Amino acid sequence: MKGRIHSTESFGTVDGPGVRFVVFMQGCPLRCIYCHNPDTWKMGDGEEVLAEEIIAQFKKNRSFYSNGGITVTGGEPLLQIDFVTKLFAMAKAENIHTCLDTSGITFCEDDPRFDELMAYTDLVMLDIKHIDKDAHKQLTGSGNDRIIAFARYLNDINKSLWIRHVVIPGYTDKEEDLYKLGKFIGTLSNVKALDVLPYHTLGVSKYRELGMKYRLEGVEPMSKDGALQAKKIILAGYREKKSEI
Amino acid sequence: MEYKFEAWRGFEHGTWVKEVNVRSFIRHNYTPYDGDDEFLEDATQDTQALWAQVSELSKKEIEAGGVLEMDTDIISTIVSHGPGYLDKDKEKIVGFQTDKPFKRAFQPYGGIRTAEKAVLGRGLSVDPKIKEFFTVHRKTHNAGVFDVYTPEMRACRSSHIITGLPDAYGRGRIIGDYRRVALYGVDRLIEEKLEQKETTRSAMYSHVIREREELAEQIRALIQLKEMALSYGFDISKPANDTKEAIQWLYFGYLAAIKEQNGAAMSLGRTSTFLDIYSERDLKEGRYTERELQEMVDHFIMKLRLVKFARTSEYNALFSGDPQWVTEAIGGVAIDGRHMVTKMSYRYLHTLKNLGPSPEPNLTVLWSVNLPVNFKRYCAKVSIESSSIQYENDDLMRFTHGDDYAIACCVSSMRIGKEMQFFGARANLAKCLLYAINGGIDEISHKQVGPEFKPITSEYLDYDEVMKKFDAMMRWLAEVYVNTLNVIHYMHDKYCYEKIQMALHDKHVTRWFATGIAGLSVVADSLSAIKYAKVKVIRDENGLAVDYEVEGDFPKYGNDDDRVDSIASDIVHQFMEHIRKNHTYRDSIPTTSILTITSNVVYGKATGATPDGRKAGEAFAPGANPMHRRDTHGAIASLASVSKLPFKDAQDGISNTFSIIPGALGKEDRIFAGDIDVDIDCAGGSCFSPTLFESLDIDE
Repeated sequence: MKGRIHSTESFGTVDGPGVRFVVFMQGCPLRCIYCHNPDTWKMGDGEEVLAEEIIAQFKKNRSFYSNGGITVTGGEPLLQIDFVTKLFAMAKAENIHTCLDTSGITFCEDDPRFDELMAYTDLVMLDIKHIDKDAHKQLTGSGNDRIIAFARYLNDINKSLWIRHVVIPGYTDKEEDLYKLGKFIGTLSNVKALDVLPYHTLGVSKYRELGMKYRLEGVEPMSKDGALQAKKIILAGYREKKSEI
Repeated sequence: MEYKFEAWRGFEHGTWVKEVNVRSFIRHNYTPYDGDDEFLEDATQDTQALWAQVSELSKKEIEAGGVLEMDTDIISTIVSHGPGYLDKDKEKIVGFQTDKPFKRAFQPYGGIRTAEKAVLGRGLSVDPKIKEFFTVHRKTHNAGVFDVYTPEMRACRSSHIITGLPDAYGRGRIIGDYRRVALYGVDRLIEEKLEQKETTRSAMYSHVIREREELAEQIRALIQLKEMALSYGFDISKPANDTKEAIQWLYFGYLAAIKEQNGAAMSLGRTSTFLDIYSERDLKEGRYTERELQEMVDHFIMKLRLVKFARTSEYNALFSGDPQWVTEAIGGVAIDGRHMVTKMSYRYLHTLKNLGPSPEPNLTVLWSVNLPVNFKRYCAKVSIESSSIQYENDDLMRFTHGDDYAIACCVSSMRIGKEMQFFGARANLAKCLLYAINGGIDEISHKQVGPEFKPITSEYLDYDEVMKKFDAMMRWLAEVYVNTLNVIHYMHDKYCYEKIQMALHDKHVTRWFATGIAGLSVVADSLSAIKYAKVKVIRDENGLAVDYEVEGDFPKYGNDDDRVDSIASDIVHQFMEHIRKNHTYRDSIPTTSILTITSNVVYGKATGATPDGRKAGEAFAPGANPMHRRDTHGAIASLASVSKLPFKDAQDGISNTFSIIPGALGKEDRIFAGDIDVDIDCAGGSCFSPTLFESLDIDE
């Protein structure tokens, strides 16, 4: 089976534990206004590769990845769930750590393919872009129901989960939202790490190259301290919820 | 004969007592340190004051255009100058190359013209008497070389197919075992050399005569070394008694070398674990506190940062700055399996905090998978904070050089005091490929530089034809290159011999004949383009190939693609085989390196357009790097391509200059990813687990 990928990165250090081989899948249903990989949006772009080819490429340099593994990100990998499942199944057969970096937007509880994929997935990194449904829609073009449902599903099957959240000045840095996000995370018992990222503008030039308008023009990058502050608020909400339980 | 000194109290004896053998001393006495960096002490007030003084002088030096003061009427020798100080009362370790800091010495033995040029470049002039002396009465290395060069060698030199030849200045790349001065004291070393002289063969063959003359020079240099130290108030005829003396004795040895030689790389060796033996004893004896020890190290490193040479602007352009390559190798693993990280290794690296980041001395961690994890973490931390650590693969080099080797310049490994090298610039293989296509005519000067082979006349390049011609041209190049180096090193030995550095070597020294390659990735990609795409030749009115058009895509070196990576490996092997066919001076063992760090820009400038689509004059990639922006699959794919190059054919080193934005090396300061702090104050039951991962571990 072939998957459509945007590119691979042989030295990923920020997309899961250790040094990782990162596969960027092509195609995404979301249109996040701050996305730094707009070149991965369009379906049908990119190149077709076999899962075997990716595994072979990984194994060639396996010694570099002793504490890492393979991360599939995108684009939205779940758009090609069959391919990702195949890839992860092969990876697990080789005892390679697998990590899925997803928005969770395509989640459907009745679809048994999610159970199958999760059987081969060691870690999920879930990007919760906004805890508020309407704000989420404004930010990404879709609501967050399915994302929240996916997080709960992962909790139910006790799948290791990292939560990611990007702090954008004026968009996702409101104290009450962050607190609310923390409280939601507090309802989950499978969360292993919280990754609060400061918004950056490194992707802006890609929009120019693609002839696309960048909708956050003029929004300043978030400072490290700002992100740290946001993390504190999320953690406060998290603890509040944990103490209630 | 066994020597016993009070200075050796508490040391475990071994072979080192009977013979000059620093490695044996280290093996028997060092204490591996597995702990973390908590014990380290910050800069003392004196250190801060001295460093402020240095910073002020540095500022003035920059304002003055790069040089503050320069000798024009004193020929630098080990004893040419009286003592120099920053602030005598504050300095724990003393000694400068001239009678004051920031004053550059005049060192004409490599070549009077180069030395003069450096002076003229600063608007000064050389004492006419000295100039006359070195042009009329006393030959220099440079003059000797040019007496012997053949027209072909000169043509290769001026067309830059061989480039960066050390024929007008000190060759460098020799590391004296400066530790011997501390461990044995100079008298013992002189005795040793006298005995060596006594035991040379008696039939006076020219090599025996040379050996005896060199030993006499070495002995004289050792006597001068003592004299120089005495001018600073230290009698170093006997072994050093404690850490402070050990550092001082060792530094005097090194100082003598840099007073005598303005070498292209004047590296220090591998001193930290040696010195740690003294500091462990001092801590045990209560002689010095940790704070005092760190202060000595800070002052020592400060001195190493102030090593300065008078150099021409061309030299600085070639090396992108004013580098000294005061390389110090740290860490590594011993043959018996113990790692060689000590507290002193930490203290050296800690100077990057106490004195701030600096490219010199070139602190080089000999990296092994078996280094203790605390040290790896500490290195990562210091690297992030200072960007000033170089890493090299101990697991690879230990195999050839054992566990007491050091690095000369950036990557040249050699057993300390037992091996030296004849440094030999590089052959420009990209230009060689163009010569193969153009039948030996230089694409820029249009002169016939190489042999007049039949040029390629087809519109499109054929891989097999090009390979055949390229191989023949490499064979020619290797021969003229090795012979040029033979001339250079003969003359350097004759007119600019490294007396004190060789005095700190064994009698029988293994010599490496270090050739080099420039433009490897250009050649690999060019050949790949010829093989996997179509390369059309653009010729000028004389039929000379001056440009190339590449039609279609081709595999590019740096993407872990065997189709092209194998070409790169084959070229290295082929070229090295051609090198090996030639006679090398003084029975030296030929090696090669792929390690242009900065001069790739200059080499690229002197080279016409190449079949990979690189335009005329465009910079080469440094060392064994893939060409800029052609590696598109991330760092590991890029490194994997480089790591396929055969080390046995490039034993003098393979470098890969690697830049990466800090954020791409894991989350900054581990604030954001897998933060483990939440564990501690987390109310309630289940919590964020302590991270299941390290932010970055580049272990195998």
